[in-house]
Amino acid sequence: MLLIAAGVVFGAAWLIGNAYVFFAGYVVLQYIALATAWNILGGYTGYVNFGTAAFFALGAYTTVVLHKLTSLPLPIMMPLGGIVSGIVGLGTGYLTLRLRGAFFSIATLALAVVAQTLITNWDFVGGSRGAYIVRPLTVPLLGMDYIQYLFLVMLGLVVIVLATARAIERSRLGYGLATIRDDEVAAEASGVPTLRLKLVATTLSGAFMGMAGAPLPYYVTYLDPASGFNLAYAVNGVAMPLVGGTSSWLGPVIGAVLLGTLQQVVTVTISSAVNLLVVGLVLVAFVIVAPNGILGLLRLRGGRHGHD
Amino acid sequence: MEMSFDLLGNAVVSGLLLGGFYAAVTIGVSISFGMLDIVNIAHPAFIILGSYIAYIGNTTFGMDPILASVIALPAFYLLGAAVYQVYYVAFERRGEEALRGLAFFFGLLFITEVTLVLVFGVDYRLVEAPYIGPSLHLGVIDLPLRLLVPCLVGLVMVGGLQLFMSSTFLGRAILAVAQDQLALRLMAANPIRIKRIAFGLSIATASLAGAVLIVIQPVEPSIGRDYIGRVFAICVLGGMGSFAGTLVAALALGVVENLTSTFYGPSWAPAVAFGFLLITLAVRPAGIFGR
Repeated sequence: MLLIAAGVVFGAAWLIGNAYVFFAGYVVLQYIALATAWNILGGYTGYVNFGTAAFFALGAYTTVVLHKLTSLPLPIMMPLGGIVSGIVGLGTGYLTLRLRGAFFSIATLALAVVAQTLITNWDFVGGSRGAYIVRPLTVPLLGMDYIQYLFLVMLGLVVIVLATARAIERSRLGYGLATIRDDEVAAEASGVPTLRLKLVATTLSGAFMGMAGAPLPYYVTYLDPASGFNLAYAVNGVAMPLVGGTSSWLGPVIGAVLLGTLQQVVTVTISSAVNLLVVGLVLVAFVIVAPNGILGLLRLRGGRHGHD
Repeated sequence: MEMSFDLLGNAVVSGLLLGGFYAAVTIGVSISFGMLDIVNIAHPAFIILGSYIAYIGNTTFGMDPILASVIALPAFYLLGAAVYQVYYVAFERRGEEALRGLAFFFGLLFITEVTLVLVFGVDYRLVEAPYIGPSLHLGVIDLPLRLLVPCLVGLVMVGGLQLFMSSTFLGRAILAVAQDQLALRLMAANPIRIKRIAFGLSIATASLAGAVLIVIQPVEPSIGRDYIGRVFAICVLGGMGSFAGTLVAALALGVVENLTSTFYGPSWAPAVAFGFLLITLAVRPAGIFGR
């Protein structure tokens, strides 16, 4: 069913024909992937990750490295970026998941800065000067515009991530994560292997974020640590699931679409500095007033939300 | 590399001075995170706000920046109390402080920072004061007053707050609310009011910290992010709720960071604080003087 929706989205974008739709759409799709990935650890397990930018940027920089060393096609680079970020996620988790949630969150912030510092000092990928990636003019198999190809690739990733999130929700892994979120001590006492499940969640979450970041160098054609590790990714990664609703896979999608589109509109009409302010305000407002996000509001309205 | 003792000595000394300054910056978080368990990651943003207030005081009214921040102290206190009230009503009461509370402060961090950008722009701002510039010279060691004064302010703040905590009823009530809220209620003190006062104090320290920050270096809105890691690293390393620990950890971090910066290059400095934090969390999460 998701595939049909994806096909519809791509077809609609094609019909509109304006290249800007693909550019903006890519960003929204990227945020859907990022928000859903965040939600696996944040919403399902209850551990807030502020270092979204690190995993994302590591995926992007993996692509930079691979691009310089080889000429692999993008769909192969993405899983590799995912593997790198996944390993980093595993490592971070191993160091910090035995502690309380707040420490984990601070540690993820710490990780983001350490990663950024390391990349800034690494000359091979350009350090603070940044790296230029030339975007190929045409696409190997499909013969379309490269930006449409990027859009398509990201769409594919979104389908995979959403399907995974949905599958997790209904699986034993998902139930285990939910128990951790609700009361970790009780879960541990009931025999739930909390550390292992948390590590799985962190690794998956990190890997997907890395995969979402992998096409970024081709999209922006110039990547430097300041923009790759931009805190905006961290804020959006937190805000979108919280606004949409953290308990189901649909929440981050709603949040990402709403906030992503809102940000694009604000950037184009007012200014790009204001758009972060908007995200901050929306986040604070929603967190205070509607803690379960839009999905929660819909549920309260007495409607039985059609999905699961 | 050739180790020059002059350079090493100076690096250590300015590291210590820097550490005193870091203590000033962190003491607020020691109160809010160490004692009240409130993860206020927006604290650095309030510090930057304090810097800008000091800047306005200095450029528009020509007063000493630290004096300006002292005048602004009550306003910051009220701001802290207000923020805590919202935080309490929205999160603590419902028991959802883990995820939502963090997100709330994260949002506050952004709102404050972006508002400052919109109002003041991203240019670096600095202040003029008679002690920015001259240095004391003790043999081969230079003590820039620019660093010395903030360090002294930091020490005074830590000492003053420690005294307050141990000798006044209010101070001891704050220590008590960190340990056992119910018992405090039985002692006829309202824990919510105590926590509100404590949080207000915590934000008030941000005002002073901001003033000394802008004395040490030019300020622009986004530098708060560099301090998030440092502040929490110091708080965790020193042990939650211990001011002495905060001071020791701040000095240690200042020295290590400065040595790294001097001998390996300033671009590695941010990683030091965070590296400290990660190692502490992995090895001894309770910190040096932790309970």
